[in-house]
Amino acid sequence: MGGKPRRFPKIPIFHHSIIPSFMRWIWIDKFVEFDSGKRAVALKNVTLAEEHLHDHFPGFPVMPECLLIEAMAQTAGILVGEAARFQEKVILAKIRKAVFLDYVKPGDTLLLEAHLESLAPEAASTNGKITRAGKLIAEIDLMFSHIDQNLAGKEFPAENFVFGAGTSVFDSLLRGVLAETVAKSEHA
Amino acid sequence: MAMSRDEILQQVQEVLVDALGVDDDEVTVTATLMGDLGAESIDFLDIVFRLEKAFGIKIPRDELFPAETLMTDAELIHNGKLTEKGLAELRKRMPHTNLTEFEKNPDINKMADLFTVNAIVNYVETKLNKG
Repeated sequence: MGGKPRRFPKIPIFHHSIIPSFMRWIWIDKFVEFDSGKRAVALKNVTLAEEHLHDHFPGFPVMPECLLIEAMAQTAGILVGEAARFQEKVILAKIRKAVFLDYVKPGDTLLLEAHLESLAPEAASTNGKITRAGKLIAEIDLMFSHIDQNLAGKEFPAENFVFGAGTSVFDSLLRGVLAETVAKSEHA
Repeated sequence: MAMSRDEILQQVQEVLVDALGVDDDEVTVTATLMGDLGAESIDFLDIVFRLEKAFGIKIPRDELFPAETLMTDAELIHNGKLTEKGLAELRKRMPHTNLTEFEKNPDINKMADLFTVNAIVNYVETKLNKG
């Protein structure tokens, strides 16, 4: 791409959840490292079998940058959720920084590394880097809200949240790297 | 080593430029966070996190921006205005802010204007001196 990196400094949004309700849309393949409350590294393989690449763009498939943010939001969101043993409903509340340095193409293996920067009862902030074979692709810093602790005590239905019941797909992401923690939360 | 007021202001400006995506020249001492700089609710937490990191301080919930807890107490607010008790509480909670103008008409809709760049600098200065 070259030139000056594009920067989108302020996009406060309220996503309905990190992952849409019922669909349980998972956009990362697995965690390869998980240091509870500190840092998580997830891996995503990008394949031309993903339909969005067929139209973005015809004849020149590149992964949309918003979907890079989604992958980081899932990596960092699970890091934040696990820090509170999945007892909070975590939603993406703000994109603090998003800088993109190169295109992501079919066949790329991405490493998504998220660090928990601050954690408070009502929110958390994370720093993240996306790399491909050691090359920096993007820097994405996010903020998450623990929504039951916010919005004047309004409660949200549990079924809209990935940390609720029936998240077997999500459990598989952490199997192996976080076996102990997952087992603990299941018996809590 | 103690920081001078100018140094604190400079750091606070940097924090607000990063947190709110505004230009440095917009972050004047009198600028209000919501009205002038466009801050929204989640931005206040972002600002708190960034200030904690920039100055190595701990900011307890509601200490810097205490409006939220005041707003939900019926004893402190009547007819959209702060009661005498509410004002007393606000003075106690926001010693880092000049409330003289606000006290003339303590309309809760104007409370947002109390959150200025200057108030943050005052707060950080007090906090650093205490430490």
